[in-house]
Amino acid sequence: MIIGKSVPKIDSYGKVTGAAKYADDLKLPRMAFGRILRSPHPHARIVRIDTSRARALPGVLDIITGRDLPHKFGIMPTTQDEYPFAVDRVRYVGEPVAAVCAVDEGTADEALDLIDVEYEILPAILSIEEALAREDIKIHEETKRGNIMKEVHLTFGDVEEGFAEADLIREDTFFFEGTTHAPMEEHACVADCGPDGKITLWTSTQTPHYVHREIAKVLQIPLSHLRVIVPPVGGGFGGKCEPFAHDFAACLFALRHGRPIKFGLSREEVFYCHRGRHPVKMILKTGVKQDGTITAVHLQTFLDGGAYASYGLATVYYTGALLTVTYKIPRYKFDGMRLYTNKPPCGPKRGHGSTQPRYAFECQLDKIAEQLGLDPAEYRKRLAVDPYTTTINGLRITSCGLVECVDKVVEASHWRTRRGHLPRGRGLGIAISSYVTGAGKAIYWNDMPHSGVIVKIDRGGGVAVLCGSSDIGQGSDTMLAMIVAEELGVDLSDIRVYTGDTDLTPVDLGSYSSRVTFMAGNAARAAALKLRTLLLEAASDLLGVPADRLTAANHQICCIDDPTKHVSFVEAVQKAESTHGTLSAVGSYTPPKLGGNFKGAGVGISPAYSYTACVAEVQVDPETYDFRVEKLWVAHDCGHALNPTLVAGQIEGSAYMGFGEAVLEEQVFRKGGLHKIPSLLEYKLPTIYDTPEIVALHVEPYDREGPYGAKEAGEGPLNPVIPAIANAIYDAIGARVDSTPITPDKIARALREQQRSSMQQAMMARKLSTVGR
Amino acid sequence: MQKQLMTLHVNGETYQVAASPTHTLLEVLREELDLTGTKHGCELGHCGACTVLVNGAPVLSCLTLAIEMQDAEITTVEGLARHNRLHPLQQAFAECGAAQCGYCTPGFLMSGKWLLDHNTDPTRDEIKAALAGNLCRCTGYTKIIEAIELAASIMRKERELSASA
Repeated sequence: MIIGKSVPKIDSYGKVTGAAKYADDLKLPRMAFGRILRSPHPHARIVRIDTSRARALPGVLDIITGRDLPHKFGIMPTTQDEYPFAVDRVRYVGEPVAAVCAVDEGTADEALDLIDVEYEILPAILSIEEALAREDIKIHEETKRGNIMKEVHLTFGDVEEGFAEADLIREDTFFFEGTTHAPMEEHACVADCGPDGKITLWTSTQTPHYVHREIAKVLQIPLSHLRVIVPPVGGGFGGKCEPFAHDFAACLFALRHGRPIKFGLSREEVFYCHRGRHPVKMILKTGVKQDGTITAVHLQTFLDGGAYASYGLATVYYTGALLTVTYKIPRYKFDGMRLYTNKPPCGPKRGHGSTQPRYAFECQLDKIAEQLGLDPAEYRKRLAVDPYTTTINGLRITSCGLVECVDKVVEASHWRTRRGHLPRGRGLGIAISSYVTGAGKAIYWNDMPHSGVIVKIDRGGGVAVLCGSSDIGQGSDTMLAMIVAEELGVDLSDIRVYTGDTDLTPVDLGSYSSRVTFMAGNAARAAALKLRTLLLEAASDLLGVPADRLTAANHQICCIDDPTKHVSFVEAVQKAESTHGTLSAVGSYTPPKLGGNFKGAGVGISPAYSYTACVAEVQVDPETYDFRVEKLWVAHDCGHALNPTLVAGQIEGSAYMGFGEAVLEEQVFRKGGLHKIPSLLEYKLPTIYDTPEIVALHVEPYDREGPYGAKEAGEGPLNPVIPAIANAIYDAIGARVDSTPITPDKIARALREQQRSSMQQAMMARKLSTVGR
Repeated sequence: MQKQLMTLHVNGETYQVAASPTHTLLEVLREELDLTGTKHGCELGHCGACTVLVNGAPVLSCLTLAIEMQDAEITTVEGLARHNRLHPLQQAFAECGAAQCGYCTPGFLMSGKWLLDHNTDPTRDEIKAALAGNLCRCTGYTKIIEAIELAASIMRKERELSASA
């Protein structure tokens, strides 16, 4: 039995010895080097590009511009609005304009300076407000109105009736600042191509299947002529879920010149690739009865999408969809809008689209609890959804450990005895959340499996597992190996896992939406079970024991009733191969049909939802308002934890990232559209000193559809951390900061404003009483 | 820039390399010696991924010129394991789940090695001080701290054993 054990990851040894070869570590004979010229303007027309001086530089092999790849791509089939390299117009600072291929990096760099681009500068739009106000400036001609990329209006039940029933209605405005993924590995790729025109691309991506599709489409080559291989990926967090300009350029250069070429982006360029957390303005109105029961919720979101669509179509729906999966909400209205602005495109970041409204909702509920005199932890438990129910917007909930999560963090933080009894400046705050365990629909809708796994056994007893998934550090390769080892009764050391190779491995949609353990895990189990059946039958023949009385464990197939009767795993394999021929099996996973019957019902559906609760403890200086997050308790319902250490690692990493977004990180721009802080020194990733102590707690309800009862752990635990910190700040010092990141100056401002409005209220009350007299 | 011949002592071996005098130690290790275990995350000295040991002390190889390192003993992550036997730090990072994506791991291992070479039983504060220049985006640092503590205890036990033997 290996499932449920904290075994080290199978790829750990490569990673601790330096042997693991990431994309930028690859080196091939005759390898050339590529560099990208990027736009210095946020919005401009390209009048002319002259590459002649650059082409004349010795060592320069080729240069491409937008005209060489004049086919739009986009991860969502209905919003393909982007060229690999700008054609006629640039829409953000850092947008790729041209690429150079040269014999070495120095020459490629030098050539960039010799490309002459003449721009006609256009007025730029840099905020949600400008995007709404300036309908005269259109970033994309294709938009129907102004710069609205997508507008969504969904109503479930009669919300007006709900607000009429309410004893208390709160309407608050929140703003969540944009943040970026900042994986430690900068994006990189190598492409090679032979005279047969078949391209191999090694690239740091979370989604080899989608990259495969999009590159073949833009290069106008058959899918069979492109092979995408994923080397170890140095972190993704959502930032490597699409093909990028360097991927397209590398493939085109390789195709044209028949030699390998490498692109390695600089850290500054990674900030321009972005596809990170959308800045979102949210207006949230909630009606409750005197006892706190929710009667109606109306959420409006405005997303600052940046210059291109990316995953934004899904993001705008996600800002509405997942608000309903934690609490009983009988009536719900959602209005969402994603706007184009002249900034690097936003996309999916850990918690995709659900992080921002969750922050708003959890902060607002804290205010409601206070107004109603309710304990915020008990209040949340009372509102919690029940397992195996359906939400008002048609999301099917299966297992749900939300109440237990709240209990765990309350107990661990000594909430009951400490909250309300701490000195001024010290505070505790709570928040909860939920997240999908895999998107219920592929990016392009189809009826095919979301994940496929091939398991093959050689006659020496070695087991190979092949899957199109991409291990970005979360341990998905190890998960696959553990499941196959469990079913076949062999050790992890008997198994080799090959993933992320579009030629060799069956399709898996990728490492996004927290889907791999659930979907690829179920596919691996299905494949392994087929082989297990063959091996038990073979052993049954050899032992003369019925197959249903046999089991596979410890390299043996043995009789459950009489363990002395057994054959070795290898003997069973050879017998089965003699009977059936070469042993291999395919397993696949397709999610069940889920969701309501309305436009947009495809976003938010998932075969299962994870649940999380977080308590944050903060210490605020009562004079300077400088503060420190001292400790985070995070209890996460991931279903059955297949590898508790790896699950804890995901909880801790998510909590850390949420902490960074709550108090330090912001992707912000100067007036002229320049990124303010495109470096790891200025963009404040939490260091080991900043990061609070994180206590990861597991809640493990068995999920009926997850492999061995498992659900996701990679994203969900991020979401409650941010509002928990905001609520703790309020508990400590009495300031409600309704925008991220929470900073001492915002605390000071909030306190001043609160003081002013309470003075005004007091004056008003005095006037009214005078009038009354 | 013309390449120059330089002699580097890396992981106990001596190499003659032709490289530009403007190239950093990071570039020469990775590109000329194919020691790609040492990573880059910024090339500006912000992230610590490129940390190597120079005469036993942690140095950011992205801010160090290779040509100035000719008399130094350089240790990279490839030099940690001996005869295919992992260093206790490497074993501990694997066991504790301290390497998720693994990209920052070589830098942490080198900073960690310097710490444990000088402090056999570091406190959490001492561990944090030693690793403050290394960024990790995956782990929240929790498992890294645990791994350093585990490695320290393994190394103490090994020392006791060899002392009693």
